Amino acid sequence: MASDTLTGSARTDAEISGLDALEIAGREKGPSRLRRLWSATWPKFAALAMAIALWQAVVWSGWKEPWALPGPMVVFGDLGDYLVSSALWEGLATTARRAAVGFAAAVAVGLLLGLGVARVKVLRAALGSMITALQTMPSIAWFPLAILLFQLSEQAIFFVVVLGAAPSVANGVIHGVDYVPPLLVRAGRNLGARGLNLYRYVIAPAALPAIVAGLKQGWAFAWRSLMAGELLVVIATRTSIGAQLTYARELSEAPRLMAIMIVILVVGLLVDTAFGAADKAIRRRWGVLDQAGN
Amino acid sequence: MTSTTTTPRSATGSVALRGVTKVYGQGEQAVLALDGVSLDVAPGEFVCLVGASGCGKSTLLNLVAGLDRVSGGAIELGEGVNPGLMFQEPALFPWSTVEGNVEVPLKLRGLPRDQRRERVAELLRTVHLSDFGRKRPHQLSGGMRQRVALARTLALDTPVLLMDEPFGALDAMTRDILHDELERIWGERKLTVLFVTHNVREAARLADRIVLLSSRPGRIIYSTRVDVPRPRRIDSPEVSAIAAEVTDRLRKEVGRHGQ
Repeated sequence: MASDTLTGSARTDAEISGLDALEIAGREKGPSRLRRLWSATWPKFAALAMAIALWQAVVWSGWKEPWALPGPMVVFGDLGDYLVSSALWEGLATTARRAAVGFAAAVAVGLLLGLGVARVKVLRAALGSMITALQTMPSIAWFPLAILLFQLSEQAIFFVVVLGAAPSVANGVIHGVDYVPPLLVRAGRNLGARGLNLYRYVIAPAALPAIVAGLKQGWAFAWRSLMAGELLVVIATRTSIGAQLTYARELSEAPRLMAIMIVILVVGLLVDTAFGAADKAIRRRWGVLDQAGN
Repeated sequence: MTSTTTTPRSATGSVALRGVTKVYGQGEQAVLALDGVSLDVAPGEFVCLVGASGCGKSTLLNLVAGLDRVSGGAIELGEGVNPGLMFQEPALFPWSTVEGNVEVPLKLRGLPRDQRRERVAELLRTVHLSDFGRKRPHQLSGGMRQRVALARTLALDTPVLLMDEPFGALDAMTRDILHDELERIWGERKLTVLFVTHNVREAARLADRIVLLSSRPGRIIYSTRVDVPRPRRIDSPEVSAIAAEVTDRLRKEVGRHGQ
C-alpha cells in the first residue's frame, strides 16, 4: 500500500508538470525587439516626411508671402541656429522649471482630491461632477482672473497650470479606485489586509494603471496651460519659450516663430512618450496589453 | 435579531454554525438567504456543501470567513482562527509575481524577509510551482493560477480552508489532478475544509461528508457520510453511487421550485 501511494503521488507529479508544460507552451513568443522597434518607427518617419513635403508644396504654391510662411529648409536652418543659442536653453530652463513645479503641485492636489472623492460619499456628491466640469474649462479662460489676482507673475502661471492639470489627475484616481475589482478587495481582506494595508497592498496597485493614465492626461493639460500662460503672462526680466514665441511674432520673425513651435511640440511629445512608456510597462506587467501590443 | 459573530470557543480547526440566518435588504425587499443553518465540522474534516442556484452557498462561506455579518445565530471558530477563502476565480494580484502573491499574507503578518522567502519556496513546492515563482499570473494556465491561489491561502497558516467552487472554471483533466493535489495537501496539513460546489461528483470524490442545501432560503435538507476509502477516483463505482443518490435528492429539491 505504501509503495502504491508513493508511485501514485510520483505519477501525479509527472502529470502536473506535463500539463503545465503543455498549457503554457508557445505563450511567450514574439518578433524580436529590433523588428518591433522598426515596425513602430517607420510609419512615424513616413508621416513626418509627408507632412514636410506638404508644407513645402504649400510654400511653392505661393499661397502666402515667404516672410509669413517660410519653407521647411529656412525654418530648419533657423532651428539649427536656435538650438545652439543660449536663448533657447535659458528659456527652456525657465519653462521646464515652471512645468515641473506646476505639474508636481497639480499631482499632489489631484491625488488628495481624487482619493477624498473616491472614498468619502459627501465629497463625491459635492465635488464629483465639479471636477469633470473643471476639466472641460479651457485653461486659457482662467488667465484673465489669474492676472487680476496675481498680476503678470509666476503665481498667475502656476495657478492656471495647477487648475488645468489637477482635475485630470483627480479623475484618474477616482476612476482607478472605483474600478478596483471587488473580488481582489475580498481576497485582500481575507489575506489580512485591512484599513491602510488594504490600500497599500490592493487598492493602490490595482488603481495604478488608471492613475498613470490620469497623470498622462494631466501632463497634456499642464503643458497646454503653461504655453498659454507664457504667451499671455510675459515677464520682461525672465525669458521663456512662450515669451520668445510672443517676441518672434511681434518682430515678425516667421522662421524663428516656427522653430520655437517645433521645440514646443518636441518637448510635449518627449514627456508624453515617457508617460506612454510607463503606461505600457505597467499594462504589460498586469497582463492587459491588447493584441497589437498597445 | 441578535448579531453575534465568530465567538472563539471551539477547538482549533473546528467550525460550528449555530442557527445561522442571513437576510439581505430590508422591509418589503428583504431576502432570506440562509435560514437557521446549523452545522458542526470537526477538525480535519472535509465537508462539501452542495446545492442548486440560490442556496446561499457562497453567502455561507463569506459569513464563516468574516467578510459579512450574520443576521442571526452564531459562527464559532477556534481561538484566533482566520479561515482562508478561495474563489472560483484565482483572484491573484496581476501586478505581482507568483512569489509576490504568495508573500502577501506573510508580509501582512510581519514575517521578516528571510523567513518569508523560505516559506514562499516551501509553499510553491507544495503546489508544484517552484519553477514558476518569477512568472506573472497572466503567464500561467487556469489550473496553475488556482494552485498559486491555494499556496497564497495556505500562507495564512490557518487550519480552516473555505473553498467556493474553486475548480468550477477548469477543464475535467486539470480538475481531476487538482482533486488529487487538494486531497494530498489536506491530508498532510490536517486541514478542515468547507468546500462549496454544485458538482455532485466532485463532492463525492472529495468529501468526508456531503451536506445538501435547499434553495431560497438555504436550509440543510440532507447530509451523508462518504465512507469510500481514499485515494478515490472520480469515476469509481462507489463514488458514482453516492453521487447518484445525492443527485436524486438535489433534483427533487430543484423540482420543488418548478411547481
